Amino acid sequence: MKYVDEFRDGGLAENLAARIKAEAQPDRTYHLMEFCGGHTHAIFRYGVQDLMPDNVKFVHGPGCPVCVLPVRRLDDAVELAERHGVILCSYGDMMRVPGTKQRSLIRAKADGADIRMVYSTIDALKIARDNPDRQVVFFAIGFETTTPPTAVAIRQAEAEGLENFSVFSNHVLTPSAIGHILESPEVRDLGTVRIDGFLGPSHVSSVIGSEPYEFFAEEFAKPVVIAGFEPLDVMQSALMLIRQINEGRAEVENEYTRVVTREGNLKAQKLVSEVFELRQSFEWRGLGEVPYSALRIRDTYAAFDAEKRFEISEKQSREVKSCECPAILRGVKKPTDCKLFGTVCTPDNPMGSCMVSSEGACAAYWTYGRFREPQKTAKEKASKEVAA
Amino acid sequence: MCLAIPAKVIALEANDMAVVALEGVKKRISVVLLDEVAVGDYVLIHVGYALHRVSPEEAARTLALMAEAGILKEELEEITGSEA
Ligand code: SF4
Repeated sequence: MKYVDEFRDGGLAENLAARIKAEAQPDRTYHLMEFCGGHTHAIFRYGVQDLMPDNVKFVHGPGCPVCVLPVRRLDDAVELAERHGVILCSYGDMMRVPGTKQRSLIRAKADGADIRMVYSTIDALKIARDNPDRQVVFFAIGFETTTPPTAVAIRQAEAEGLENFSVFSNHVLTPSAIGHILESPEVRDLGTVRIDGFLGPSHVSSVIGSEPYEFFAEEFAKPVVIAGFEPLDVMQSALMLIRQINEGRAEVENEYTRVVTREGNLKAQKLVSEVFELRQSFEWRGLGEVPYSALRIRDTYAAFDAEKRFEISEKQSREVKSCECPAILRGVKKPTDCKLFGTVCTPDNPMGSCMVSSEGACAAYWTYGRFREPQKTAKEKASKEVAA
Repeated sequence: MCLAIPAKVIALEANDMAVVALEGVKKRISVVLLDEVAVGDYVLIHVGYALHRVSPEEAARTLALMAEAGILKEELEEITGSEA
């Protein structure tokens, strides 16, 4: 229990760990998927997995926004900057993600494309105001927390008549992705990912509320517990899931009532639905095409849609060969199953999206898990590959 | 980047903007996504927008945790705009 020392309340953590051990029935296994990168981070940072009995396992889900963006959309963004000569504004997390032939936004920028890292859509609007003779495109990514800010920016651009501003929308929806993980034949065929319950995301749920998960819990008969991102929240939520599984319940429970309500932030939801509508289908890295899982800009705001303003060419996009991000994002493989992990691929030199953001599973393994995993696995595998 | 960081509102400005104080740093953010924000409120900030109001206790807890987990510095750098 050495990691308990790192909890602010070690006693509470120990109690929770004891309860979990007592209540997890030895003849069953509990595979709990945490969807949100914030949870992945907490689980690794505090060694929460080590406090669980062997039959309670965390499966890391696709909840890191830069990780799930398919390479083609990143290549499209690079094309906007390079071929159409726009000023491309991007959140910092996206800058180092390798695209096809490992071309990231940072590389394109080094080669002369005008790509600027912004913290907020507010900054992107300012860049558009300051450069009236240039086209400015905001590269919008993320789940339900970043969508309302993008919606606000589009409305603001319209109100100001900012004609040189548009948005390349890649916003995706959490509940549909969770559903897809359970539903898709591809994911089922890949087999090994068994999920008995979900830890629902913290801050995403503060926007959408807990209600959108209700359909899902019922439809798929899997329990969902919305969890705060403190390690104690994660443990408490795991216990709540174990209890539901033991009792055969599949309900939405909210451990994070400090912040999340059933209905969420209605004002933000209203803004989003004014500006965005569902896409019929959107590609996710790792999950493939997922029906109704993303948002596009409504026709009323077509003037601010970069996909309508610029012609984006068809292209053959490819991930780095042997990068296992897709399987990792589905929860089928672990970072240490990737032969590039920790050898060729590190946070300083990422080969795949999961190694870029601190919320990515590979980056979390590298930073916190590396010395706890049987250290040799990655290296042994790499040398075996070389020898083979 | 799916984490939001708590901060205290210290001034309200025109166009639904506000100034928040965060570990001694002042930052201008938008409060357009919330109703009736008041000076002294604690809000969760994400990519320059207040997403949610939180209690002062929750704010303190979250900040302490983020500091401990080593992500506070990272988030602050992002907010104050230093290059990664
Ligand atoms: S270690 Fe690197 S190459 Fe391997 S799956 Fe992770 S990101 Fe991809």
